[in-house]
Amino acid sequence: MVRLYARVAAGGFRRYATYRVATAAGVFTNTVFGFIMAYAYIALWEQRPQLGGYDLSQAVTFVWLGQTLLMACALMGGGVEDELIERIRTGDIAVDLYRPADLQLWWLACDLGRAAFHLLGRGLVPLLVGALAFDLALPSSWWTWPAFLLSVVLGVVVGFAVRFLVALSAFWLLDGAGVAQMCWLAGLFFSGMLLPLNVFPGVLGEVARALPWSSLLQVPADVLLGERTGWELAGAYAFQAGWAVVLLGAGRLVQAAATRRVVVQGG
Amino acid sequence: MRVDVIEVDAVEKVFDVRRRAGRLRRERHRVRAVDGVSFTVRSGEVVGYIGPNGAGKSTTVKMLTGILTPSAGRVRVAGIDPSRERTRLARRIGVVFGQRSTLWWDLPLRDSYRLIHRLYRVPDAVFRANLERCVELLDLAPLLEVPVRQLSLGQRMRGEIAAALLHDPEVLYLDEPTIGLDVVSKARVRGFLRDLNEERGTTVLLTTHDLTDIEQLCGRVVVIDHGRVVYDGALGGLHEAGESERMLVVDLEREFAPVGLAGVRVVRVEGPRQWLAFPAARSAAPLVAELARRYPLVDLSVREPDIEAVIARMYAGRSA
Repeated sequence: MVRLYARVAAGGFRRYATYRVATAAGVFTNTVFGFIMAYAYIALWEQRPQLGGYDLSQAVTFVWLGQTLLMACALMGGGVEDELIERIRTGDIAVDLYRPADLQLWWLACDLGRAAFHLLGRGLVPLLVGALAFDLALPSSWWTWPAFLLSVVLGVVVGFAVRFLVALSAFWLLDGAGVAQMCWLAGLFFSGMLLPLNVFPGVLGEVARALPWSSLLQVPADVLLGERTGWELAGAYAFQAGWAVVLLGAGRLVQAAATRRVVVQGG
Repeated sequence: MRVDVIEVDAVEKVFDVRRRAGRLRRERHRVRAVDGVSFTVRSGEVVGYIGPNGAGKSTTVKMLTGILTPSAGRVRVAGIDPSRERTRLARRIGVVFGQRSTLWWDLPLRDSYRLIHRLYRVPDAVFRANLERCVELLDLAPLLEVPVRQLSLGQRMRGEIAAALLHDPEVLYLDEPTIGLDVVSKARVRGFLRDLNEERGTTVLLTTHDLTDIEQLCGRVVVIDHGRVVYDGALGGLHEAGESERMLVVDLEREFAPVGLAGVRVVRVEGPRQWLAFPAARSAAPLVAELARRYPLVDLSVREPDIEAVIARMYAGRSA
């Protein structure tokens, strides 16, 4: 069972690793955007130092973490949901359904493999470039890194759970593109990709920080920046894990309903 | 011992289809894709399941795999209710959909096979033996390390068939396995399936529009149209049911008047060559012997009736 899903994840990793030129182009884009956003943040933080409780170097670090996790956490889409939606639309989902495996676990494993590749292949280089070009607030103690990594994994799971739900909507809507687009817009805004969530004012900030998308970037970034330690770190994990459980559970319910009423498209 | 592996008993599948009627109004309307189909398949049989587009073939196959739940009736495959125990059944059946792929598009063929190894929990030794056998018989050795997206259709289809057999399924469903293949690839796929059935006794249910597939593989055909079984029996009987004829083309030494033989209809005469039609169910041998006795025979050939035409006549007969 574990070996099966480990192999699925390994396959997910290797599939995305196949397209090397696309990866290189993506790394370049992430790096360029990192620079653009870093200078925008520098301009903003020089006007308003300590905005949202971050100092300048923390703010710039947040930018580069955003570029690092952009693909891994599929903040702007680009996860396995695109393929899943396509398979539902064309009816290829039939093939997935007659396999002796669980649909959700299967695709979760795929997405974890993909995320692992995107973290290494797309995320690492921009972070290194950012660290060379700017004075980043990287952790002083080594154990912050594994703590950060765990938070990223939980973030990927939460992100997957949301995207899986979105993809399943294709069973009813026949074309999930519209919902997927709304979802990535929400992800972009509420993950903190545009601006850190602790900069959001009042109720908007409270709500944004409580939504599942904050697990994708804001929470891992805060862990790396040392904003969450001790019990607060445990709280951060509990927050992410809680959303993961709730959303994966919802995914299972929807999956059961979808496979019961499934009308496989096309012959 | 031969037992019923597939039991389909008075099965129906009704879909609700919504149609646009006016600007916002939608009309609900029921489609009976499968309307009271019954048949059984015994272990070791190769059965052709044929019918025109939209007859309900794929819907039946989907109910047999458990992807779709029947609206009424009873389905059992290897004693299992497919829609209730889809996962348990999945370990005992193999499925090849000619128009869909189980293989991982971006990865080498071998990676998909490794995944199947885990997916079906195939014991290592069994997996190795099965893979070796498939690789040899389907000539996959040069393809194992090639990403699936780079395979030709024929190569991919061989890969798909191997993928469906690595876990030793008792029952194999093939939905259009030769669609889009060239003659050589088709022949290879058919040869492999025939051997599989003979050596392993794998039960095969084959859906196809290619009647040569049926002629070469299936001892029995079930013809379905408008969701109902219209014929179930031996392939030869289909000719009788469709009243088809075989054609004997004879070259005589010189021109003769149309030959007069009982049960034979002379269709055409062209110099020394004559076209003789006779009922498909009848053997050609006594006819040829009789001809050779009475005429100076130079050459002859027998043309098999076009089942396609027979079935088309059958479909037309029903809807008329």
